[in-house]
Amino acid sequence: MTATTERPAPLTPARPPAPAYKTSRRARRRAKAIATNKPSTLGYVFLVVVILASLFPLYWSFLIGSGDSSTINRQDVDWMPGGNFLSNAAKVVNDPSVNFWKALTNSIIVSTVVSASVVFFSTLAGYAFAKLKFRGSKGLLVFVIATMAVPTQLGIVPLFIAMSQWLGLSGNILAVILPALVSAFGVFWMTQYLSQTLPDELIEAARVDGASMIRTFWHVGVPAARPAAAMLALFIFIATWTNFFWPFIILDSNNPTLPVALSLLQNNFFIDYSIVLAGVLLSTIPLLILFVVAGKQLVSGIMQGAVKG
Amino acid sequence: MTTQSLAEDREIRRITFSHKLNRWDVKISPYLYISPFFILFILTGLFPLLYTAYVSVYDWHIIGGQGDFAGAGNFEWVLAQDKFWVALRNSFSIFLISAIPQVILALIIAAILDQNLRAKTFWRMGVLVPYVVAPVAVALIFSNMFGDQYGLVNNALGRIGVDPVGWHSQVVPSHFAIATMVNFRWTGYNALIFLAAMQAVPRDYYEAAMLDGAGRVRQFFSITIPSLRPTLIFVIITSTIGGLQIFDEPRMYDTTGAGGASSQWLTITMYIYNLGFGPAGGGQFGRAAAAAWLLFLIIIVVGLINLAATRTIATSGSRSSK
Repeated sequence: MTATTERPAPLTPARPPAPAYKTSRRARRRAKAIATNKPSTLGYVFLVVVILASLFPLYWSFLIGSGDSSTINRQDVDWMPGGNFLSNAAKVVNDPSVNFWKALTNSIIVSTVVSASVVFFSTLAGYAFAKLKFRGSKGLLVFVIATMAVPTQLGIVPLFIAMSQWLGLSGNILAVILPALVSAFGVFWMTQYLSQTLPDELIEAARVDGASMIRTFWHVGVPAARPAAAMLALFIFIATWTNFFWPFIILDSNNPTLPVALSLLQNNFFIDYSIVLAGVLLSTIPLLILFVVAGKQLVSGIMQGAVKG
Repeated sequence: MTTQSLAEDREIRRITFSHKLNRWDVKISPYLYISPFFILFILTGLFPLLYTAYVSVYDWHIIGGQGDFAGAGNFEWVLAQDKFWVALRNSFSIFLISAIPQVILALIIAAILDQNLRAKTFWRMGVLVPYVVAPVAVALIFSNMFGDQYGLVNNALGRIGVDPVGWHSQVVPSHFAIATMVNFRWTGYNALIFLAAMQAVPRDYYEAAMLDGAGRVRQFFSITIPSLRPTLIFVIITSTIGGLQIFDEPRMYDTTGAGGASSQWLTITMYIYNLGFGPAGGGQFGRAAAAAWLLFLIIIVVGLINLAATRTIATSGSRSSK
């Protein structure tokens, strides 16, 4: 990559002279810009607009969330935030029917358990699919990939019957955790990664040294899988944190996750948007912090997954 | 037999025993490693899906449980409901209004990100911020901005002399508002997917095109787009599966979850939810399961049509470039 971008300059004199038709200075400058792949000012302006549009709704909820109930009923918008954010946030946190702290704790527990479990089982299965030879491995992998396209949330009626009526887990966060313990996407992701990055020689060397299969997995497979496992954990954590449909069905106001709590907040304060949007911001802050810490990995995770997917 | 050969025999037997153990280890381990996934997946993923088919052919209620065999009765009932067809129309309309501009915008953003930018990581992270905002949160923010009376959007339109739009009360405007929420959250994400695919295109192609006198726009359509074919298919298929199931955003667009006074933004998944678990007229599990299977079939058909369409479009693109 770097070789091709650096090469053009020194090589230009050696190239056969360009055909002798006249080019304007502007056309030449354009050609040069294309050759070095430099963005135009317009490109930067466009990106700035896109990023402002991406941040604006968050700023808007801070504007409303820091005002009072009268703020939203005004015709002209005050673009400076008011001073009521903390008092609005306190109303969110103290509302007994929203159970904010409970929701926050539940979201942390559910997202952590689910991402740990998905990463563990996916690494185990992905290692087997990528590096071990066994009968039916191809067919089973195709099965895994096919199930990625099947929307599992279409099975909500039986899932409800099983969780609520058979297991009596209605309103229990176990009902949210259990169906999410494994992910076909996770298995596919780890299989792709390990089959491309882990050399067979490493595994053979460990086996020749007398390591058992599980020892080889633990000391060769797991270290190799670590970068992909971290990215997978990030994705699953975010997806679980923001998940709404199933928790909304099986959980209630006594024991919600954050998105469910937000829907309760909307029900209680649908006239006073300053409190609703303060709650929206509160529930988003943990993921924004995660984004600041791990946003880089998230970007490269999406880009890696894309090339392979 | 001599004593010597007996000892040898024992030695060999010991070797074959550990050898056998090792062979079993090699044979069985792979199945042990994949079985937790498959057992859990069959229990929590596959079983509910298949059991939905079972529930769908019975009169089944949340309180009474399994009732009489209904055959195709639940399916016929669902297909005879006006609301089902309205919901189907709404789901398609919201999907189209969101998917098309989203893919186009994501391609443009990716093409700019693909250039030699300063502070690459900053821009890439910048477009991804909306991804960490939960759809429920996005819906609450946007339903405020798209308020019919005091909403920011209508205020801004009023400034430039446009009459207020019924973002909640009217069909197409409400679809537009919901599509905007989807686009807000997913455009940057898809742009990064396209960006990754663009970076895999060999730079020589562009150099050759440049020597032939092709400008940036021409290069984009003749080289970039055809090279992105597999990625385009991937993004369009995944957004079809996700888009036709949309629930969070329309559900949170107002407090009732009815999808508006005349079901103007009721989607199929909301319809299934209301049949199965809704506050009024919920608990009809047989009918909800039938509607879920219908949605599943529709998604498969539309997914296949999209696959075929994307293939032809992208193929004809690459043919014209040759």
